[in-house]
Amino acid sequence: MVTLTNPKSETLNSKQNIKIKTNNLKIWYGSHQVMHGVSIDVYENEILAAIGPANSGKTSFLKCINRLNDLIPRSKVEGEILLDDKNIYKLSVSSLRKRVGMVFALPLPLPLTIFDNVAYGPRMHGIKEKKKLSEIVESSLRSSSLWDEVKDRLNSQAMKLSGGQQQRLCIARTLAVEPEVILYDEPCSGLDPISTLKVEETMRELKSRYTQILVTNNVKQAARVSERTAFFLMGELIELEETAQLFTAPKDKRTDDYISGRFG
Amino acid sequence: MKEYFEWLIENLILICGVISIVFVILIFIFLLKEGSGIFSHTSLTGFIFGKDWYPISDPPKFGILPLILGSFIVTLGAIIIAVPLGIASAVFLSEVVPRGIGDILKAIIELLAAIPSIVLGFIGIVILSPIIKNIFNLPTGLTALAGSVMLAFMALPTIVSIIEDAINSVPKSYREASYAMGATKWQTIRRVILPAASSGILAAIMLGIGRVIGETMAVLMITGNAAIIPTSFLQPVRTMTATIAAEMGEVIRGDAHYQALFGIGIVLFIITFLINLVSDLFLHKKRGKA
Amino acid sequence: MLDPRKTEKIMFTLFGLATAIVILPVIIICAFIFIQGLPGISLQFLLDIPRHGMKGGGIAPAIVGTIYLTLATAVFSIPLGVFAAVYLTEYAGEHFLKRLIEISIVNLAGVPSIVFGLFGLGLFVIFLGFGPSILAGALTLAVMTIPVIITASREALTSVPKTYREVSLSLGATKWQTIRHIVLPNAAPGIITGAILGLSRAAGETAPILFTVAAFYLPYFPNSVFDQAMVLPYHIYVLATQVPGVSPKIQYGTVLVLVGLILIMNFSAAYLRAKFRKRKTW
Repeated sequence: MVTLTNPKSETLNSKQNIKIKTNNLKIWYGSHQVMHGVSIDVYENEILAAIGPANSGKTSFLKCINRLNDLIPRSKVEGEILLDDKNIYKLSVSSLRKRVGMVFALPLPLPLTIFDNVAYGPRMHGIKEKKKLSEIVESSLRSSSLWDEVKDRLNSQAMKLSGGQQQRLCIARTLAVEPEVILYDEPCSGLDPISTLKVEETMRELKSRYTQILVTNNVKQAARVSERTAFFLMGELIELEETAQLFTAPKDKRTDDYISGRFG
Repeated sequence: MKEYFEWLIENLILICGVISIVFVILIFIFLLKEGSGIFSHTSLTGFIFGKDWYPISDPPKFGILPLILGSFIVTLGAIIIAVPLGIASAVFLSEVVPRGIGDILKAIIELLAAIPSIVLGFIGIVILSPIIKNIFNLPTGLTALAGSVMLAFMALPTIVSIIEDAINSVPKSYREASYAMGATKWQTIRRVILPAASSGILAAIMLGIGRVIGETMAVLMITGNAAIIPTSFLQPVRTMTATIAAEMGEVIRGDAHYQALFGIGIVLFIITFLINLVSDLFLHKKRGKA
Repeated sequence: MLDPRKTEKIMFTLFGLATAIVILPVIIICAFIFIQGLPGISLQFLLDIPRHGMKGGGIAPAIVGTIYLTLATAVFSIPLGVFAAVYLTEYAGEHFLKRLIEISIVNLAGVPSIVFGLFGLGLFVIFLGFGPSILAGALTLAVMTIPVIITASREALTSVPKTYREVSLSLGATKWQTIRHIVLPNAAPGIITGAILGLSRAAGETAPILFTVAAFYLPYFPNSVFDQAMVLPYHIYVLATQVPGVSPKIQYGTVLVLVGLILIMNFSAAYLRAKFRKRKTW
């Protein structure tokens, strides 16, 4: 017997495991549909960038993956989202969000000390031991390249850090709950270029251990950081390619128009 | 385990959430439970429109018309005094004086709201009623007028603060448009701001009435407590609230007099319920517009 | 027709006068209470029991009774009120039930205090069999205070930024953990301020406690929640209307103690509010 397989998907599959898979994902806010059936595979330990103009649905796509869109009144999701082949709606919200962390557009430190910000997640998941918490805080802050800057003032208010430091603190806070996937929602939109570079560096360093999805308005950032890039437009996935491929030889005219700055 | 705890706490919160509904219903049920017996003694119309309140004569008469009218006249007087004063001071505080001074004056008015009604009743006895007695040359100063004056003061903090909110929520553009046409500040207030704030002002008046009609201790102490149908502001009257407070201590639990006092409670509850419902509608209308 | 400028001047002067009519009596009343009451205040007055048919001695049992009653009211009303506010801000959707709850709160806030007294008598004193007691009185006052606490807590809870909740949830905290560790601590100053104001009103109330707790004369301190107690507001009423020939010193002294207690509560609420407003950086 001869089995017919799609040769392309086989090579990719053998190369990498699929971490997150969406099948025909549709999202509504009230009666307004913002995503029209998107199917994407996200591979383990890759950085996938999602680009597109405002209202393209890229942020909605991101928020669905850890069910933060549940907080939006009258939102509705159809289609499947699989995490390690398991439907995320079959998991408890809290354990899903523990596995899939989120870094927001603006640095959003909680009104706590630096230490307590990072320790917040682990504490919520039942870790009480001071020593264990200190270890987690240190390793998380080291991973987000912030440790050296704050190790002497862990007990000062997180609000006192600079914007870039705050955002790396937020990354550390996300890492502290030991997620498998990290979602970034335009993480550098409020930062200056130097801070932006530091955050991007951090993302590259985390690549070996985490699956990362980066939603960004900044096309160049996608080009600098990601391995593959998805272009969204008006709630549809137009093109998903290796980043180098997408930026040098986009297949779709609309992608070409967007990345060359003709709209958006 | 975590899920179970979460479920438990969410239900606990839900129960607390609906507790206000439960209390309103419970209040009504217990007033009915203790008070409805009076209507086997006196008919509903005889109770509400009966002209005689002689609860301890033989046979007793439970007509609460004098008490309803007592509450009515005291409330009417209080509103006549409080509404113009309330509108004037709200406008003065929010539109005329500089903000710093306005805030201090406002704090003083709020202080008035903090003084317990029993203290104001006491002040009414020792200061207000002698003044009224002397001005009008009466045998006693403990009259409907004394009650109205005191209650007007008790209602003023509520009235002023709601009217102020209403004035402040008038969009700035209205004022600017009016000034741009060369109107003076007063013309703007009269022609633009007060009409735009009218539903808030109505709500303030309604809530003021609600506050006044339910007030107990001060009126008990300073209105003279004569359960007769009032014909003038200068004679003693007795309100529904004061009757309950004064007589509940003397009754035998469960007898007709006791039930009649709860019956008055039912009437009061229904009146204030309606007043609050209407004023809430006014407030919501205002919010809807803004 | 008058010149508009002149009309304006006349009207604003009248409004100023009206404001003076509202404000001056408040100042006069407070000054009067203070001046007349101060001579009556002494250590003995604050610490002794009433003597000679309440014409002498002190008012200690009434002070203690008021404090007990207010604390007991706080125990019942704060948790209920805060949780109710949490339901309204964090859980309730925009549906019919929420509107119904809001209407109930408004109405509960508008129920006359004497009707609360009747309710307390019917439910707590008779039906539940607590008798006239601190427990029955505190529960009655708690029902009356809950709308104030709910309203203040709601305001405080809504002022906590939405993003804090999102961050906490995104880290895998459950909804209750988020409320418990992030929302409530940040809303605490507003909640406490509102609760103190609500309780200060409860402390001065007379009508709801007439039939549920207040004792005419009880020259010792209550030792359980099932005891009746003397309380300051009712004691003022008794001295003013039921006991002939009480010296003004004692009357005004008692009034001053009650007003002082309430003003202390109000000022501490105002202080807390000012202090936390300064600290709040978001």
